[in-house]
Amino acid sequence: MSTLKLELENYKELLQEYIRTKDEQALYQAEQFSKQSMQHNISPEEIINVHIQSLEEIYPDMPDYIQASMSFLLETMISYGLAYQEYQSLRERQLELKSEISVAANMQKTLLSTVKPELDELDIGALSVPAKQMNGDYHHFVYDGDGALGIAVADVIGKGVPAALCMSMIKYSMDSFPEMRMDPSVILGSLNRVVERNVDSSMFITMFYGMYDTKDHTFSFSSAGHEPGFYYHKDKDEFEEIDVPGLVLGVSAETTYKQKQLKVEQGDMVILLTDGVTECRQGDRFIEQEEILHVIKSYAHLPSQEIVEQVYKHFERLQDFQLRDDFTLIILRRNV
Amino acid sequence: MNLTIDVTNKENLAYLSLSGEVDAFTAPKLKEALLPLTKEEGQTVEVDLQDVNYMDSTGLGVFISALKSTKEHNSEMRLVHLQERVYRLFKITGLTEIITIDSAVRGEK
Repeated sequence: MSTLKLELENYKELLQEYIRTKDEQALYQAEQFSKQSMQHNISPEEIINVHIQSLEEIYPDMPDYIQASMSFLLETMISYGLAYQEYQSLRERQLELKSEISVAANMQKTLLSTVKPELDELDIGALSVPAKQMNGDYHHFVYDGDGALGIAVADVIGKGVPAALCMSMIKYSMDSFPEMRMDPSVILGSLNRVVERNVDSSMFITMFYGMYDTKDHTFSFSSAGHEPGFYYHKDKDEFEEIDVPGLVLGVSAETTYKQKQLKVEQGDMVILLTDGVTECRQGDRFIEQEEILHVIKSYAHLPSQEIVEQVYKHFERLQDFQLRDDFTLIILRRNV
Repeated sequence: MNLTIDVTNKENLAYLSLSGEVDAFTAPKLKEALLPLTKEEGQTVEVDLQDVNYMDSTGLGVFISALKSTKEHNSEMRLVHLQERVYRLFKITGLTEIITIDSAVRGEK
């Protein structure tokens, strides 16, 4: 208790000084004293106790009624002291949670990591940037070793930790599918049933699932309420929206999914994204779809991975740019 | 940005007029106002979105829970006066197929 003793001496001197001079300087020091006390977890009633002791020492003849009123004040401050203690322990708890979340975020990264396959036929670029610590976007590549590449792009609605946990559930359901080739519409249908059974009513998932066949260069796809993708025609230097209607995952167990197929020509690109890309904002202004496509076009001569990185950098460089949602952009370009 | 919610009750019709943005910050407020209304049997809940210029997916989540709740409690919900950007969100996610949206009076702003 030696530090407290020291503070008591200090307080007494400050108080004496102030009573004598009514000086601003002493008041300022009193403020410093209270800050220091907070750093040492000293409660409000302890300060009042110090005040009473100082008064007794400065004025040994202090009238009884002042002494009594001080004891009274001391009692009334006790609840504040308890509240203060509670605040301290909440603060500690919050720090603990923060570090737990960062551990969870790292685990999520490991669990959900996907390897971008290196294929001669396809030049693949993929980038996913979380708006917060945990990413609610998800993309996954599955190559069957025999020409079929499955690509899933998903966005879990409901942000933060619950969304991330939900994403892990999706990933494990997909991993549990049989090795054989499955149609995108079938995959979405099964995932829908998993999500519908397991998820809170206000949480849902949008997913675009595509299957690229490197033998005949067809791209089959289905969408569960996901942001439409684009097809880039190299010869015309034009984009075409690729979309197929479908309800988001997790809303209705009976939903079935439609499927479409595209023939991909050499040099053409399939572009998949999440709404974090189309919901980017610059100040109050939304970045329009055309602008995103325009930027992609301006980097179209680069390898796919560089395109996705340059596109993100382009928007990041804008003034007042804010990423409100997780940003995921994937480009597949037919090489040969 | 904020969200203002005005509720008017008339017999079996609850009319909610929203103004502002429905996002992760304001969605809980909407949920609190909207969900209890869908729990009254025979009630029709009309949500006017004319002055909503932005909605994100968290907002959609609220309408999905409300829809599920209308089915459980035998009530109805319809959305009116959606701005183009907000309507697009319902369209892409396939929700226009399962939620009653009065697109004839869609607000053009």
